[in-house]
Amino acid sequence: MTKEQALITYATRMGDNAIVMAQRLSEWVGHGPELEEEMAMANFALDYVGQARMFFSYAGELDGKGQSEDDICFLRDGWDYGNVLLLEQPNGDFGEAIARLVLFETFYSLQLEGLVSSPARKLAEIAACAIKESTYHIRHAGHWLIRLGDGTDESHRRVQHAIDRLWTYTGELFEADQVDQIMQAKWEGPDLTVLREQWHRQIDALLSKATLQKPADGWMDSGGKQGHHSEHLGYILAEMQSLQRTYPGANW
Amino acid sequence: MSKTDWPLYEVFIRARSGLSHRHFGSIHAADETMALDHARDLYTRRNEGVSIWVVRSTEIIASDPADSDSLFEPAADKIYRHPTFYKIPDDVENI
Repeated sequence: MTKEQALITYATRMGDNAIVMAQRLSEWVGHGPELEEEMAMANFALDYVGQARMFFSYAGELDGKGQSEDDICFLRDGWDYGNVLLLEQPNGDFGEAIARLVLFETFYSLQLEGLVSSPARKLAEIAACAIKESTYHIRHAGHWLIRLGDGTDESHRRVQHAIDRLWTYTGELFEADQVDQIMQAKWEGPDLTVLREQWHRQIDALLSKATLQKPADGWMDSGGKQGHHSEHLGYILAEMQSLQRTYPGANW
Repeated sequence: MSKTDWPLYEVFIRARSGLSHRHFGSIHAADETMALDHARDLYTRRNEGVSIWVVRSTEIIASDPADSDSLFEPAADKIYRHPTFYKIPDDVENI
């Protein structure tokens, strides 16, 4: 794999993470626990859509085959999607949405920070732009994690369950495959081993503030980055892509 | 889930440096931190501001509409309180 190919795949995977997260967050519209919180979720979803667009456009531009952001987003199948499994898991209850945001965003903001000095200039610029949004997402979700964890017996139990359930999908975040290795070696991308330690420190601090137990690192599920997904991704893509698949090139 | 209504907070936003905070609306929130987050999420989505104040609605001491006659009516006929009797020199641009 050339370093250019690795960069294209890496940018596409980041776009995939962003768009799948956006889909899951947007499912909260009409189902939020409070109007204000629903707006927050919708805002976050739109932040992610914006980021996905930038990553996809960039990947398409690098690839040079004339693929638009929409082509990349709407015309690829599940096995071409390289999002991590954590993000395609069903929403569950509000505690689970918060747990997922905290677990992913803590990783994501570190990943973005690790990219801002990359010689892949445009990727670095997108990262610098996305960090600001990501920082707020962590702040918001972190507040909620503490509130739920340190709240009532029921909220504590439910958010602990969410953390326990999603934990098995956190290992994949730090698994470096060839693409990550080339990114690190040739494009000054983040070192996932270092990033993992930073992530654990931040998560430890947050969980202890929220009076929650950190699950033990047991068996970890993975494969999302390489296109091996759970059945859930298919449903997300079916819903998201149906319009472009039915009416190719539709525009409004 | 047990459900009690969250208290109401009033939101004030400073549009840009140099201006005062202006009342924008209100939101519900369980605590102060959440109030600030909600105010940000609802009222600054379109670049409305650079600073937010939130205050519990119950902390605001408001005038009673029934007192309007005695509070505000008397000012209506005091035209001498408006600086309209001064001649402004032609050269003064900003006043």
